[in-house]
Amino acid sequence: MFGRLTWGAIPFHEPIPLITSIVIILALGAVGIWITRKGWWPYLWNEYITSTDHKKIGVMYIVLALVMLVRGFADAIMMRAQQSLAIGASQGYLPPEHYNQIFSAHGTIMIFFVAMPFVIGFMNFVVPLQLGVRDVAFPTMNNVSFWLSASGALLINLSLFIGEFARTGWLAFPPLSEKAFSPGVGVDYYLVALQISGVGTVLTAVNFVTTILKTRAPGMSYLRMPVFCWTALASNLIMLAAFPVLTVVLAELMLDRYLGFHFFTNDGGGNSMLYMNLIWVWGHPEVYILVLPAFGIYSEVAATFSGKPLFGYRSMVFATMAICIISYMVWLHHFFTMGAGGDINAVFGIASMIIGIPTGVKIYNWLFTMYGGRVRFTVPVYYLIGFMLTFVVGGLTGVLLAIPPVDFVVHNSLFLVAHFHQVIIGGVVFALMAGYTYWFPKAFGFTLDERLGKAVFWCWFIGFHLAFMPLYVLGFWGATRRMQHISDPSWAPWLNVAFVGAAIIGLGIVLTVVQLLYSIKTRDQRRDITGDPWDGRTLEWLTLSPPPHYNFAVLPDVHGEEAYWTRKQTAIKQDQLIDEPDYQPIEMPVNTPTGVIVAFFAALCGFAVIWYIWWLAILGLIGAFAIFVWYAWRDENEHIIPVEEVRANARERRRIRMEHLHNLSQST
Amino acid sequence: MSTISETPALGLTHLGSEDTGLGHRGPESKSIVVPYGFWLFVLSDMVLFSALFASYATLVNNSDGGPTTSQLFHRDLVAVETIALLISSFVCGLAMITAKRKNMVWTQIWLVVTGLLGLVFLGIELYEFGTMIAEGAGPQRSAFLSSFFTLVGCHGAHVTAGLLWLGTMMAQIWAKGFQPHIMRRLLCFSVFWHALDIIWVAIFTIVYLIGTLP
Repeated sequence: MFGRLTWGAIPFHEPIPLITSIVIILALGAVGIWITRKGWWPYLWNEYITSTDHKKIGVMYIVLALVMLVRGFADAIMMRAQQSLAIGASQGYLPPEHYNQIFSAHGTIMIFFVAMPFVIGFMNFVVPLQLGVRDVAFPTMNNVSFWLSASGALLINLSLFIGEFARTGWLAFPPLSEKAFSPGVGVDYYLVALQISGVGTVLTAVNFVTTILKTRAPGMSYLRMPVFCWTALASNLIMLAAFPVLTVVLAELMLDRYLGFHFFTNDGGGNSMLYMNLIWVWGHPEVYILVLPAFGIYSEVAATFSGKPLFGYRSMVFATMAICIISYMVWLHHFFTMGAGGDINAVFGIASMIIGIPTGVKIYNWLFTMYGGRVRFTVPVYYLIGFMLTFVVGGLTGVLLAIPPVDFVVHNSLFLVAHFHQVIIGGVVFALMAGYTYWFPKAFGFTLDERLGKAVFWCWFIGFHLAFMPLYVLGFWGATRRMQHISDPSWAPWLNVAFVGAAIIGLGIVLTVVQLLYSIKTRDQRRDITGDPWDGRTLEWLTLSPPPHYNFAVLPDVHGEEAYWTRKQTAIKQDQLIDEPDYQPIEMPVNTPTGVIVAFFAALCGFAVIWYIWWLAILGLIGAFAIFVWYAWRDENEHIIPVEEVRANARERRRIRMEHLHNLSQST
Repeated sequence: MSTISETPALGLTHLGSEDTGLGHRGPESKSIVVPYGFWLFVLSDMVLFSALFASYATLVNNSDGGPTTSQLFHRDLVAVETIALLISSFVCGLAMITAKRKNMVWTQIWLVVTGLLGLVFLGIELYEFGTMIAEGAGPQRSAFLSSFFTLVGCHGAHVTAGLLWLGTMMAQIWAKGFQPHIMRRLLCFSVFWHALDIIWVAIFTIVYLIGTLP
């Protein structure tokens, strides 16, 4: 009846997961009761959970990412604590099998359930606004994608309470992840959670490539799209081509584990190198899926806060697409040491170094955008500068690792760990924090507190360097990754510095929450009435903050590279707006619970598969198919916003903008 | 208020005088966007199959002392299978033509024939799988057979999903008629069905023809 699921799966005998479980369940219960008492469920259901509005979905993605960031960081600080405690005679506080689960969960969560939803959240929120359209190409599918990602996150978190997580590292390499060596449910949690969220990611990619290539405001030709849209396009193209490979390789491992197939086993002719190749055909492009939109955010921030158009726009576009293509030619550098031979290693080593060239082009473009500009040192600009300093060093250590003989020396050492954290934190996380600050007022109508924002930046910046520079040193000395116990006491000072660094990053995460709460509390003083708090250049700043559901009363007419900037300058010069357009009723997609129900059945089915509860798995599949057919059967997919409402809102908006522009034209 | 719109240099109304290349018209209609998005999905499916082909190519010689390709595959059976699938694609095209003419009876007839041919294909495939498993050449026997069953079985799973979709489409056309959104779905279905043909041609060549070379 319940397959492998017994009372033994609940960690009664392990204090750390048990206490964590109880605390989390109590916290969730408290939040649930609070929402119920405030009577907010209908609001949440109608405005967020069932919403097809790309802005709401974007916000939900980012909330998911922030929540999972706390989880992933908890894993990180536990690892650092263990490594600075378990030196010499001491064994630390974590048993080895628990430590192995923690580093696997940390990597999996940070990439799949923090970085990915954060990046996709920004693409959701920003891309349709920047393109000057009303929504993504497939709004309902967008909602489905989000809820599938959330199901994956739910299953990963569930492994903390029921059963265990994989002890195989974040990519679950066979033969360790095969049934013979990992008989428990940990690897199955990993596989099922990633398959479910991976389906959501492929749907997202379809959605955004279509949105960017087929739905843009009139006049928005390719070379007028903001750089963030270009990077989002490149990122989604990579997703579209890379995620199916992940699906295949995880499915093959599942077949091995569930049905006794022999893809990657030691016996039966299986070949575990096939897994390495396929997972990295997905895995290395994944890095660029994350970092390209981050580059897009830096580009928007650099141009806006320097008060100048982005330097070398076309070279930026070209560099983005070059990275998009070259990202497929570097995967083999992940196993230089596994005997591919000198020629192949050389080809992939050179490809891995070449990809640094378009990246370098971008760095120069950002520098020259700031050079000669009137730079405003806001929080996003702090992150931009911090990023350029940090990322260049991370890029250089990457070029170092791309040299096969060097890689032979430092592979699988802490040097490598330091390198990829440097590019991911310095490249992606800094951008996400910059974007969070930059677009927050657009989403909620008030800005975040600058002083606390700068404090958060310094925590990340200093904390990162303290946490990872020692790892470069230790890596050179031969410290390998994934160590649960350190036998050389002379490494202790470096590991202690690394722990302090992690603690400072933790302070930054706490301050992020404080900043959010403080900013909400003082929101009346920090309202963004104009819709354009930063004197922006792209179309998202044309509309209100927060924008109406339909974004624009009429689709903006685009002339020139900086759609909004040109418009704004003309209006300031002439001290008037363009003629009032002919407003039309607007057709918008209706809300639908399809996404959340499909995701519920997917999670149910996934849980059943993990625990071998086959009847429940079949029930979940039937449920998902039934809701699908039910959705397909409806006729009412759109509702009409009457022209009177559109006109009234737009007139009010024009009045506010006129006032604002008039003030601006007086001051210049 | 009219001064700005009269200034062509600032060009704040879009009259098509500017050459902006693709995208000057604004968002495309649903009849473009929906098939385009579906076509992208089909491309991602092609990537999925290419990973399965890569697995097969890697493992095809790893038969672990078990049966090999030429001992297992029969060209005659696969030829019948292939013809059934290719004709079903042609018939699916006929269904599309009759659907465009809003001819309910013939649309349903052609869709039924499409589905029946799909069932014939699937039946032969299941027969082949069954025979192989009965002979002790199941997917657990060797890495080669694991990759064979996964590649061909994944295509078969797609055909099965296509048949489920086909049944749903027939019911929808029957109940709702040839409405624009139903027609878009029918177009997507036919794109899917043709794509399965393309993948089958690759399987037929790489697995069966090369596998039975003397």
